[in-house]
Amino acid sequence: MTLAARVSWKLSLRVAAGGLVVLLLVLFTWRLVTQERGRGLAHAVAGGRMPAAPDFSLPRLNGDGKLRLSDLRGRVVLINFWASWCVPCRTEAPRLAAAWRRWHDRGVVFVGVDAQDFRSDGRAFLRDHGLTYPNVRDGSGSTLDRYGTSGFPETWFVSRSGRLVADHVDGPLTSARIDRDLRAALAE
Amino acid sequence: MRLLAAMLVAFALAAPAAASERHPTLGELEHEVMCPTCKTLLELSHAPIAERMRAFIRGRIAAGETKSEIEQQLVAQFGPGVLAEPPRSGLGLLAWLLPLAGLLGGVAVLAVVAHRWRRAVAAPADLSLDADSERRLERALAEFD
Repeated sequence: MTLAARVSWKLSLRVAAGGLVVLLLVLFTWRLVTQERGRGLAHAVAGGRMPAAPDFSLPRLNGDGKLRLSDLRGRVVLINFWASWCVPCRTEAPRLAAAWRRWHDRGVVFVGVDAQDFRSDGRAFLRDHGLTYPNVRDGSGSTLDRYGTSGFPETWFVSRSGRLVADHVDGPLTSARIDRDLRAALAE
Repeated sequence: MRLLAAMLVAFALAAPAAASERHPTLGELEHEVMCPTCKTLLELSHAPIAERMRAFIRGRIAAGETKSEIEQQLVAQFGPGVLAEPPRSGLGLLAWLLPLAGLLGGVAVLAVVAHRWRRAVAAPADLSLDADSERRLERALAEFD
């Protein structure tokens, strides 16, 4: 092997090894940033900032096709993460059903996100609790990291301009909290 | 004779796998499926969704479904991340190929290092002395005699 060929071979090996290391670092950093961005949302809202609500497009649980969050721009959105196996979600469901009856014709949309759940269980849950507002299904839980959600139920309020407003609620909502935060979102 | 032996070995290895595919047990699937909320193997989880998944798997086994069919249904419900082993296609293929590439790379590096080391041992440095040094060495050794 000539000297030039040996130098070229060594250089290629080093470039390949370096490329592999860079690729792994990029993947690792991307994963970290995605997770941290989700966790940072709660801090940002609590600190008075209004970050953009992470968009999602998920199949409807009680209907056909997909629902994209950004398509609801112009209306206040209550996003409620839940699962049929979550006991506090059962406590919360009647309050959400009642709140939807109070608010659905006042420029407000509720969107339930049934995550990490069986489709049939989610549909049975909606039927059993009389939940008629749009619900989507996120079987893999891909939206949870983006919202920094670590447990169910969890609720976020989105302004007409697509920004997260009011503090998000970890745990079951009360009727008073729903009304207060929806009024605050409508006022933005 | 050798062909027959090879066929017997292949059959002995393939038969349990085929039986496991046709008649899977809950324990086997618990070992190959992840709990989506706790990100551990199903066999290690007692989360509510894990219990629900066990009930689902028991029902599918009782209905006579194969392991692949049950796994496909779980993937349809929870996405490909529900399988402990990544799929052998698309991005999942990377998870299979990267360790193999790493192993081959390691073997290649070891081979190069071993080759260089052997070459260094086979061709030791030139230890011959010039005439003047040889004379001085002879004199020095003679003083010890």
